[in-house]
Formats: sequence, C-alpha cells, structure tokens
Amino acid sequence: MSTIITTQPQTTASSATDRPRSGNWDGGNEPFKASYGKLMMWFFLLSDAFTFAAFLTTYGLIRHRYPAFDAAAGKAFKFSTAYWPVPDQVFNAFPGMGHANVPLGFVALMTMILIFSSVTMVLAVEAGHRMDKQDVQKWLLWTILFGATFLGSQAWEWSHFIHGTPEGTLMADGSVFHGANLAQNQYGPVLFADLFFFITGFHGTHVFSGVCLLVYCFIATTNDTFHNRGHYEMVEKVGLYWHFVDLVWVFVFTFFYLV
Amino acid sequence: MANHANTEPVPAGEIPKPNVGWIWKTFFVLVGITALEFVFVFLMDPSTLRNSIFIILTIFKAFFIVAEFMHLKHEVKALIWTILIPMALLIWLLIALVSEGTYSGQAIQNAFN
Repeated sequence: MSTIITTQPQTTASSATDRPRSGNWDGGNEPFKASYGKLMMWFFLLSDAFTFAAFLTTYGLIRHRYPAFDAAAGKAFKFSTAYWPVPDQVFNAFPGMGHANVPLGFVALMTMILIFSSVTMVLAVEAGHRMDKQDVQKWLLWTILFGATFLGSQAWEWSHFIHGTPEGTLMADGSVFHGANLAQNQYGPVLFADLFFFITGFHGTHVFSGVCLLVYCFIATTNDTFHNRGHYEMVEKVGLYWHFVDLVWVFVFTFFYLV
Repeated sequence: MANHANTEPVPAGEIPKPNVGWIWKTFFVLVGITALEFVFVFLMDPSTLRNSIFIILTIFKAFFIVAEFMHLKHEVKALIWTILIPMALLIWLLIALVSEGTYSGQAIQNAFN
C-alpha cells in the first residue's frame, strides 16, 4: 500500500516539473530578477528587521523615560538606579586584564570580529560564483571561526555583566548588590539590564543560528552537494542572513554602547 | 594535499581568478567608520550633536553592508524599494516613541514634585 502511494505520484510529478516555466502565471515571470529562495530570504530578513527595530525602539522609549547622568554638574560618574548609566562606564572590562578600565575596548574587538566574519562570508559567496569548492570551504571555515569567537566573547561579556564590580552599588533597601539579573541591577534602572539581556541575547541567538547554518553549508560543500547542483546559491542565502546579523550588530553597537 | 585535489572530479572549464578588490575596499570603509565612531566617543562630551553623528555614521555603515555585502545595490529597483520603504516607516516609529518616552518620563517626574 505504501509503495503505491510513494512511487506513483513521482512519475507524473517529474514530467510536470521538468517542463520549463515560461508563462506569466506559472512561475515563469521573475519581476525581481531574483530566485525564489533569495527573495524569501530578503522578506524574512525584513520581518526580522521589524523585530530588532521593535527592540531598539523600546530601548529608546525606556531610556528617555529615565533622566540621563548630568556630567556638567561636575560630579564623577557613579552607578545609581536614579539615572540611566553611561555605557563606557559599564562596559569597560577586558578579558585577562582584571579590573583595569578599558572603556568599550572589548566591544570594539567584538565589532571587529563580526565585520571580519562578514568579509570572509562575502569571499565564500564570491568563491561560490566561481564554483571554486576549495575556496568556499576555506572562507566558510574562517566565517565559522569568527562567528564562534564572537559567541564566546559575548558569553564572557554576559558573565562579567552578571557578576558585576567588586564595589557593587548601594540599593534602595540598604544592601549592596553586585552585577545584574532580570530583577536587580547595580548599573542603573532594572530595565537597563533587562534590555541588555534581551537585545544582545536575541542577537546572540541569531549569531548561533547563523553558525549552525554555516556548518551545514560547510558539510554540504564538502559532500559536493552544491557542486552537483550546479550552483552555490545556498551559500549566498546563508550569506544574506549572516550579513544581516552583522548589520543588526552595527545598530545594537551604536544604540547600546555609543549613544 | 595537493595530490588529493587531483583525484577529485574536475569541474567543466577552469576556475576563474577571484575578484575581491571591492570586498576589501568595503571592509576598510567599515573599519574606518568604526574607528571614527571611537574618536567621537572619547573626544566629545555626550550631546544631541554627538548622538546625531553616531546615527549618521551608523546609517553609512548600514548602507555599505546592505548595498555591497548583501548586493542590494545591484538588484532591480523594485526589490530595492520593497526593502527600503518599510524601513523608512520604522524610522518614523523610532522618533515617535523616543519623544513619547521623554514625555512620559517628565510626566512621572512632575507627578511626584
């Protein structure tokens, strides 16, 4: 019974799909001159951009709801739940340098890693256009390496943020609190930590998915799947996704760390 | 390893030389803009002007990533506008909600004064 169901439609389906599509209404018309897969990736990325824009807009709304630290008053910056913290006072640690003050040093390194991974990704896509399997493998491996390094850096950044500074901050109930979680936060208003976890966490999840897709592409390239197909369009589509992740970081970097 | 490559099925025709000059050019533009942002972080006090500079530089960076790396510049016009017009609406949302945040922050503060 099962063999009849699986074999019979295949013989009829292959003759129908083998015919080239040429009409306006059967998929022969490509108004955007882009393949179905690439077009759908663009629309997915557009919807993903809405999600990240919602996050960053929420950040803007909440940040402007709190007073900013007044540097003109002449007092040195101190963590307080009364005003929004200055980012380069919060993110000023560097792995292996103890409590040395390196404002935004580590996040600069992370930004460089992600820009570099974008470059190796374009190089992989470019190699795919030339059907150069060896080069595609090489550049995909570099991209996976940079992506994994970024994820590791973010894990360190989170760990440092959660554990906090040795001095801590005096909270409203009289206790000294170190670091941050979703309910308490030594750096400023509770929502500052919540937004940090949600925005960088959501971005990190995207990077992780990207690394998984890149590993799949690397395996499929090694197995000649794309080569036998005649094109490396899958690398191109995953590349679009990867550049989008880099693009989101550019905005997260500006609105979370610089402004 | 070089011998190993010879045992594999040879693709039809030779592999063309890579054309990567534009990729590295875009890379140096992105690194340059990021470096410029750090100059402004450390040499300028926080102000609306500084934030505007950051946002303009960010849009420059986004342009180079989307136009060159994601190849949107070289797609047909209809696709470019399909992507860009919805993004323009998001800018309006951002400005509206940031000013709303300022307003509700002031309203809460005034309620306790």
